[in-house]
Amino acid sequence: MKPEKEYFEHLQAGRFMIQKSRSSGGCVFYPRVAEPGTGATDLEWVAASGRGTVYSTTVIRQKPPTPSYNLALVDLAEGPRMMSRVEGIAPDAVTIGMPVKARIIREDGHSMVVFEPA
Amino acid sequence: MLEKFPRGRTAIVGASTFGCGEAPGCSSLELAHQASVQALAAAGLKPSDVDGLFVVLMDDALSGLTMAETLGIHPRFLDNNRTGGSSFQVHATLAAMALDAGLCEVALIAYGSNQRTAAGKLVSASRPSPWESPYRPLRPISSYALAAARHMHQYGTTKEQFGAVAVAARQWAQLNPEAFMRDPLSLDDYLKARMVADPFGVRDCCLVTDGAAAVVMTRADRAKDLCRRPAYLLAGTQSTTHREIASMPDLTVTGLADAGQRAYAQAGVSAKEIDVVELYDAFTINPILFLEDLGFCAKGEGGAFVEGGRIAPGGALAVNTNGGGLSCVHPGMYGLFTIVEAFRQLGGAAGERQVKDAKLAIAQGNGGELSHEALLILGTEETL
Repeated sequence: MKPEKEYFEHLQAGRFMIQKSRSSGGCVFYPRVAEPGTGATDLEWVAASGRGTVYSTTVIRQKPPTPSYNLALVDLAEGPRMMSRVEGIAPDAVTIGMPVKARIIREDGHSMVVFEPA
Repeated sequence: MLEKFPRGRTAIVGASTFGCGEAPGCSSLELAHQASVQALAAAGLKPSDVDGLFVVLMDDALSGLTMAETLGIHPRFLDNNRTGGSSFQVHATLAAMALDAGLCEVALIAYGSNQRTAAGKLVSASRPSPWESPYRPLRPISSYALAAARHMHQYGTTKEQFGAVAVAARQWAQLNPEAFMRDPLSLDDYLKARMVADPFGVRDCCLVTDGAAAVVMTRADRAKDLCRRPAYLLAGTQSTTHREIASMPDLTVTGLADAGQRAYAQAGVSAKEIDVVELYDAFTINPILFLEDLGFCAKGEGGAFVEGGRIAPGGALAVNTNGGGLSCVHPGMYGLFTIVEAFRQLGGAAGERQVKDAKLAIAQGNGGELSHEALLILGTEETL
């Protein structure tokens, strides 16, 4: 299993996938070869619901005219937390507890998951 | 099983800093080497007396070997463990155990960095994260900013309370001739500082300086022959919670909540007995989180605790008496400097900033992005 490589291949194909252990039912992100703690290697790819909640947020300030941008930690509905950013709203209007929804964008030739208000 | 730390059986007998602030033209190795020979000389020792060596240099993954070679010694116990800025608390803990077990007789812990004059910014020895890099985090600042934002959300902590940490650090620095930033800093100055990553502006962030430090340890039976007022190691603990900030279980609780309790148990003391608290203040949120987790106030009350000059000179609790990473020195890794300052305070050698009758000190280290926390509890002879 090559979880990091497979994750980005899924993403490149437009799919936001996370891992789930068949035995424990626990979801895992970031992808890895075994479930944290249990070491269970029965991880399979499942589609993330894309639903999440902002756990914390900041704005990386840039020197104008370069736009400042959001950086957030998002708790996925499935459990794991990931770093991302919230778009479609002013970067400093993002609030902790805000429900958000994932979408996949391409930036600098790479696919990535960002969020927007749900 | 109870942790068996060799309480009071080893001590720091010499310490030195060197090149704090700017040391143009010096390599990191040269800075660490100079601090080392000075720390040894303070204890009447020379490199050839050292048989236990503990080193980190950010720009050299095998710096333990390099340092041994440069010192011209063949240590029988060498450790190059790196947990980030807290590496030195781990080194001192291991040194105490190695000394106590007879695995070495004289332990030297050393660090140096020329990051300010050589690179002009924090030198990172970490691999870029495939999970975080695409979002362009401003590491490590944005990770600590996320913790600060969460603390504000959960507990109502304010920007002014972060400011109280920065202002207190500057007031201590003004009493320390070695400190890099000694000009006055008012709360108003703090609030007007350029924003970097909300809620942090530049005055919430540690300095980027050059600097080196070194500490020499021996067993307690020899300490009094080498040092007038040794600082005895009463406890040494650590706790790892994560690597990257997204994996930190709770951004408002650090590993010190666990490591602190174990340290107090090892030392047989409680927070209210501690006279001097040297915390790793890479950012203004740090002392707030650490004071809570170390039991100086309840969780969530750290912001209110630091207000009103409580941790400033003349306040109820002496915190970061050298001016800290915020105003004294921060050459990439700061943990060894908290140990040096604790040693100076316990030895009565802290000049204008001396805390009267200091007998018990905490010297804490923080690694990564609140990822690894470690602390030593040090005490004078009276605490044995």
